[in-house]
Amino acid sequence: MREIYMDHSATTPVDRKVFEAMIPYCTDEYGNPSSIHAKGRAAKKALEKAREQVAALINADSSEVFFTSGGTEANNQAIISYMVNNAHRGKHLITSAIEHHAVLDTCEYLRKNGFDLTVLPVNSLGVVEPEVLQRAIKPETTLVSIMHANNEIGTIQPIAKLAEVAHQAGAAFHTDAIQTTGRIPIDVKAMGIDLLSASSHKIYGPKGIGCLFIKKGIKIGRLMHGGAQENKMRAGTENVPGIVGFGQAAELAQNRMADTAAYLNKLGQKLRQGILDKIPHTIATGDLENRVPGSVSVCFEYVEGESILLMLDSYGIMASSGSACTSGSLDPSHVLLAIGLPPEIAHGSLRLTLGKNNTEEEIDYVLEVLPRIISNLRKMSPLYRNGGSG
Amino acid sequence: MYSQKVMDHFMNPRNVGNLAIPDGVGEVGNSVCGDIMHIEIKVKDNVIEDIKFKTFGCAAAIATCSMVTEMVKGKTLEEAEKITNRTVAEALDGLPPVKMHCSNLAAEALHEAIKDYFAHQQNSPSTNNSRGT
Repeated sequence: MREIYMDHSATTPVDRKVFEAMIPYCTDEYGNPSSIHAKGRAAKKALEKAREQVAALINADSSEVFFTSGGTEANNQAIISYMVNNAHRGKHLITSAIEHHAVLDTCEYLRKNGFDLTVLPVNSLGVVEPEVLQRAIKPETTLVSIMHANNEIGTIQPIAKLAEVAHQAGAAFHTDAIQTTGRIPIDVKAMGIDLLSASSHKIYGPKGIGCLFIKKGIKIGRLMHGGAQENKMRAGTENVPGIVGFGQAAELAQNRMADTAAYLNKLGQKLRQGILDKIPHTIATGDLENRVPGSVSVCFEYVEGESILLMLDSYGIMASSGSACTSGSLDPSHVLLAIGLPPEIAHGSLRLTLGKNNTEEEIDYVLEVLPRIISNLRKMSPLYRNGGSG
Repeated sequence: MYSQKVMDHFMNPRNVGNLAIPDGVGEVGNSVCGDIMHIEIKVKDNVIEDIKFKTFGCAAAIATCSMVTEMVKGKTLEEAEKITNRTVAEALDGLPPVKMHCSNLAAEALHEAIKDYFAHQQNSPSTNNSRGT
């Protein structure tokens, strides 16, 4: 059976060039970067090259990039370590209702441990409006954490404006850029970002590696204790093959970004428009203009997401959904509820996130298969009475 | 995560649709939770002569409804009343633990349909036990 992978916001395949760059650091160059001998020095050199590659992708200085075990750890460190180390200045932090759980749950952890948390609402497109942030600021606000783009609905936030509001209030600004680093341009200086989380496996790099950008001068401590690695900011022997792979993936992403984004925008628009044209009672979610290239998110009324995913899977098409059944809880996606969708519609969500290897022919195949699947599930649905009009 | 039987009933559900004139109708669940099971039965001489279902929900919700319709077709009402959510899940070679609660209501929908049938019998004790929708 053919395999059509359209779940690139979940993860991406490791690029062949990335894999090849990693191999020597799994085999011959196995040294610990902390070792003084030749093998150690070779590993250290590779580490610093990767740091420069990642820094270049976001216009940072390489001394501002700290490798972590992934995006989740970077989010945890940015939020927990910043708040703990700046608690004397104030214990209030602000985030948004549509953040990934790696941010939301981390903020909630702090709230349970004596910090004050405000969770901002978003508008129907999933945008955090700067005026809403402005109104939530308190004298004791020390950190604002708003994601660069949402993983479920693709909406890109007005980061520069939000960061400006935070800075005017004397607060630092963190952004979870896991869905955007390497996919759309990021300039930490121009955008006024103090802390940024990024991940390798969303951009054709290996899993288990990410980084936290910490702007020079920002006071933040470590989350992992136990060694002087990463300039004393992240203890633990470095994942050298992973870091080398992340560096290579970052360089490739930077070189290909404009072409890939244009290609994915074209494919994504064709897919979304095709779905809306062929399938009635369908709602496109998120900001249709200002979104991650190749991210298509829709809700089909009268059907449930897990059923759609399993039916698609039987045709070899791999996608995801924010339905309760796929979120592992009884509630549908917090993101879809936050943009104002009623639960029964949020249950019918489908996310197709395209990657550089997807083709126009694959889009045509999905557009041929998906309408049949939705139609068959609707025939089975007690909600779809009178052809959906009642 | 799902057994082969669940996938079979999900991909090829049995007895989907509505009856022309059902004798009993049962519906459980709600769309907020993401699961609605709707079952209609046709009863003759105390036997479930025909049964149809419609489901809004995940694969487990669809498969349990499909399975319950297969289990009770041709059975007496007493036999049908003995079927529980658990026996339906067992007939499907089990369900993932998270699905046991929310998506395993097919037997309840069936019991509601039987209850509806009896209620209707009491209200119109004529020989014609059919009613319109």
